[in-house]
Amino acid sequence: MRFVNWLFPHPLLTLLIAVVWVILQNEISAGMAVFGVILGIIIPRAFAAYWPDRPTGFRPGKMLSYSLLVMWDIMVANVQVAWIVLTVPNAKLKPAWISIPLDLKQPEAITILAGTITLTPGTVSADLSDEGHSLLVHVLHTDDPDGEVETIKSRYEARLKEIFVE
Amino acid sequence: MMETIGPILVGVCLLIGAGFALVGAIGLIKLPDPMTRLHAPTKVGTVGIGALLLASLIYNWVFSDGSYHETLIMAFLFVTAPISANFLAKVNIHTEHCDEPPTPPRDDAWSTLASPDKDTPSADTEVAP
Repeated sequence: MRFVNWLFPHPLLTLLIAVVWVILQNEISAGMAVFGVILGIIIPRAFAAYWPDRPTGFRPGKMLSYSLLVMWDIMVANVQVAWIVLTVPNAKLKPAWISIPLDLKQPEAITILAGTITLTPGTVSADLSDEGHSLLVHVLHTDDPDGEVETIKSRYEARLKEIFVE
Repeated sequence: MMETIGPILVGVCLLIGAGFALVGAIGLIKLPDPMTRLHAPTKVGTVGIGALLLASLIYNWVFSDGSYHETLIMAFLFVTAPISANFLAKVNIHTEHCDEPPTPPRDDAWSTLASPDKDTPSADTEVAP
């Protein structure tokens, strides 16, 4: 069991690299799949020193529904931002800094939250506090900064807490 | 069947992608300061390129053998776009080309602005005689 853990420091990364390799070849054949798995073993093993801790309690099923939610949000919010860019004059634009106190502890979870915030248009995650307990976010146009914090916490962070169970 | 719907879908996707890319470019010119300018091209551009890739995906599946490469481009684009946006935001904070961010609700300072010698003495000052 310890040998298996040593060989696969990040099992899902192994799977991901194998899948990416097969897609990159543009053909599904046994040889390519085997070579993908070999790469998927070598690469995470070689870089295990730089990513020592496996995230605990990761739930891929919930991650999938979360991705679909985020993609939908990206499309809706894109139209909103396009509308703001085209119609709101600069003088009436209300950009704001908001800071989000984080309940997430795992670095992988915080990374996904920050990436989500940046990908959903209208918000950019700009910085993390020095010990990683708050996230600085810039909002393009808002009348209610506290409401934005509440939306991000309830819509994304609560779901991420269920994906990365401690 | 697909030969008649295919070109229409490809055309619609191309128009949507080009439209969003145009809005991103307009935003880059129009918005007033570096932090707000960051919003338009990094995000609207992402979906613009996403729609263009979708057009390429449909075209390849309808008119030739089909290819999965576009999905990879999309995946890598969506993973790397937040990182470049984050770097640009950090540079803006560092060079003070934006309003001062509020102090964090937890911890002492934002990591871009935190300097180790400000409150806690760093290791090499303690070593000095």
